[in-house]
Amino acid sequence: MAQYDFKKITVVPTGNDLIDIVLSRTQRQTPTVIHKGNAISRVRQFYMRKVKFTETNFTDKLSKTIEDFPRVEDIHPFYGDLLHVLYNKDHYKLALGQLNTARNLIKRIREDYVKLLKYGDSLYRCKSLKRAALGRMCTVTKRIGPSLAYLEHVRQHMARLPSINTGAPTILICGCPNVGKSSFLNKITRADVEVQPYAFTTKSLFVGHTDYKYLRYQVIDTPGLLDRPLEDRNIIEMCSVTALVNLHAAILFFLDLSGSCGYSISQQAALFHSIKMMFRNNPVLIVCNKTDLQTLEGLSGEDLKLVMEMKSAALKTIPGQGGEAANDQDVLLTMSTITDEGVMAVKNAACQRLLDQRSERKMKSKKMPTVLNRFHVAMPKPRDQKERPVCIPQAVLEARAEEAAHEERKTEKDIENENGGAGVYSASLRKHYILADDDWKLDILPEFLDGHNVYDFIDPDILQRVEELEREESAVEEDGGDFEIEDEDFTAEAEKDLQEIRKRKKLLIQKHRIKKSTAESRPTVPRKFDKDRKFTTERMGRQLSSLGIDPSRAIERARSRSVSRKGRKRERSVGGDGEDEMEIDGGLDNKKKLRLRSRSMSRSRSVLSQRPLGEVVPGEGFKDSAQKMKAVTMARNATKKRNKDARRGEADRVIPTLRPKHLFSGKRSIGKTDRR
Amino acid sequence: MRLEFCWFCSSKIYPGHGIQFVRNDAKIFRFCRSKCHKNFKMKRNPRKVKWTKAYRRLHGKDMTKDSTFELERKRNRPERYDRNVMENTLKAIKKIDKIRHDRAADHIAQRWKPKAAKERREARKELEQSISLIKAPLAIQSQEPAITVPKIKVKAPKQQTVEDQLMEE
Repeated sequence: MAQYDFKKITVVPTGNDLIDIVLSRTQRQTPTVIHKGNAISRVRQFYMRKVKFTETNFTDKLSKTIEDFPRVEDIHPFYGDLLHVLYNKDHYKLALGQLNTARNLIKRIREDYVKLLKYGDSLYRCKSLKRAALGRMCTVTKRIGPSLAYLEHVRQHMARLPSINTGAPTILICGCPNVGKSSFLNKITRADVEVQPYAFTTKSLFVGHTDYKYLRYQVIDTPGLLDRPLEDRNIIEMCSVTALVNLHAAILFFLDLSGSCGYSISQQAALFHSIKMMFRNNPVLIVCNKTDLQTLEGLSGEDLKLVMEMKSAALKTIPGQGGEAANDQDVLLTMSTITDEGVMAVKNAACQRLLDQRSERKMKSKKMPTVLNRFHVAMPKPRDQKERPVCIPQAVLEARAEEAAHEERKTEKDIENENGGAGVYSASLRKHYILADDDWKLDILPEFLDGHNVYDFIDPDILQRVEELEREESAVEEDGGDFEIEDEDFTAEAEKDLQEIRKRKKLLIQKHRIKKSTAESRPTVPRKFDKDRKFTTERMGRQLSSLGIDPSRAIERARSRSVSRKGRKRERSVGGDGEDEMEIDGGLDNKKKLRLRSRSMSRSRSVLSQRPLGEVVPGEGFKDSAQKMKAVTMARNATKKRNKDARRGEADRVIPTLRPKHLFSGKRSIGKTDRR
Repeated sequence: MRLEFCWFCSSKIYPGHGIQFVRNDAKIFRFCRSKCHKNFKMKRNPRKVKWTKAYRRLHGKDMTKDSTFELERKRNRPERYDRNVMENTLKAIKKIDKIRHDRAADHIAQRWKPKAAKERREARKELEQSISLIKAPLAIQSQEPAITVPKIKVKAPKQQTVEDQLMEE
């Protein structure tokens, strides 16, 4: 009653493959290193392990295969017969037997050699023994190579057999080739079997599933049968015969009324009679197919007689077992797969017959009373004769009536479709707004005004508040601004003065800036040397008079105190008073004096005016000669030490920056930067 | 559609302008132009950036507290539409705007007021102190003084001659 799963059989390797697998396993999984110098017991153990390991692997794999393959006797006779039909039971058994023998042989080899290895005296001997053992095992495996190949072939084919549940309710379709069995299967189940005009399109069993009264039925399609004795049948036909014989199913014998299958009705009837003994206890239905080509009524007399014979034979198969056909209709049916006429009727009839039979059997079995005892259907007895009809509340009835009346309401969708469809018309969402005044429904709402969001200002009493605001504003205005105590403005003269002052200040600032900014371009000669001759007494006089002061006395004083005057006083007159000068100056040549006089003042001073050291010069700032001498001494003393140390002094050349960045950095555009 | 305010400079962002940045804590920053956006990315504080409204309000340059601001508030509850209210609102907006502008202008004018007095005082001082740049005190004494320079009486020894006095200037 079980579902057999032949897909779970492990793959059977070929002989060579098996050898490879086992030997490589041995090499990988056992230790590989051994030396002559190791203790002999260790050597023995090493090689014994290898032999044992190899034997174990071989045995495992062979045992697995042997156990995976089903035993023909142990499985359902349908599968047993099917296996026999397909693969030849004897051959199958032989192959498995050979595997078994091989297994035993390998075991024997291992025992022998392990015994021998126990007494191996050298590494070389042990190694040779191991080689021999492994070699013999491999030879054994090589010998069973063909069996392994055969078993692999069988396994592959078995995996593709249709999985038929031998216990489930089954419908079997049989008949001559090309009568329409496969098309019928296609019609009632989801199977998609090939349907072709030539005979033996279906070469093996096909299974489909269909439902009837909440039960799953298997429908098995068989290859067509020919009318010949059993011995002559080929494998394909034997498949269907097996199915017929072994499976407990409702049998649908298909009949082609038109003869377009290539066999006349007489031939088909002959076939029927030859196989009817195989039907045994199964319910049989005779199905006349292809009624679109030839109806049952339109048959000739002979044919009709044959058909009736068949029917009576079919009826005969039933008695004694229950599931009797209520009428002729259950046994003889007509249909056409092309026009779908009667297909369902056939299926239903078949299913029903099967169902009846199975129920009967179940009822008669020993288990039934125990099951029946478990449940009890209670039927309440009426307590009085009162009529209690169905009750529907009035409101519901009314609502239903209203709904029926309101079917004609126009929906938004209808309006949309009227006005041009989804892309053209957009429904007005404002139609159903609830507003104080319906005129406002279509108003356009402004969002901005003068850069403000209108929605931020909305307020029912906004006008009121604005009025308040305006009142506030006007109140403030009336108040007026607070008065300030104003200072009295300046008079016109004061204003003029102020402006003058400011102008003068600006000029000063400008001058200062000019002076400041051109220190680089112009050497800053101190004022007393006055290269540009800016600081003259005339200028001083002008400035003083602009201030309103009489400059004459100041000019006089300045002139009397000036340095040049002091030196030049006597030299003014070239001709006269030359004697005095000569004496003072220490006898300079007249020519030289003239030359010197024409030169600049500073020059003449340095050469000509070789005054004595302590003499006080008006511009230097000394009080008297003594002070000056003191200053001179001090200066001398200060520099003496430095000079003795030969240290750099004020007069010595100074390089302010030894390594200026602009000379010592940067890449050259061409050339090397070795030297700088 | 709504007019938003720029997070940085507080100017109005019209539709189609600017960038909105949403931070991981779901706070939205709106910018009116890339200037503000870039300033924000530099992590500048608008309260310290002179040209923003935030700075101006914080430092009292612009008007902050006024009743006109209360009339403009973001309302979260939608009101039922009423045409009359809408009309009134539109009229009111104009008035409120005008009042607000006037008040803001007043505020700024108020800020400028003390300047005039201060200027006058400073001018007066300058006149006093720097008059010597254009006129010598002697000249002032001899002329009709526009502004009387207060004469400081100093007890001085009699030997000081007029020349010395001149030299001291």
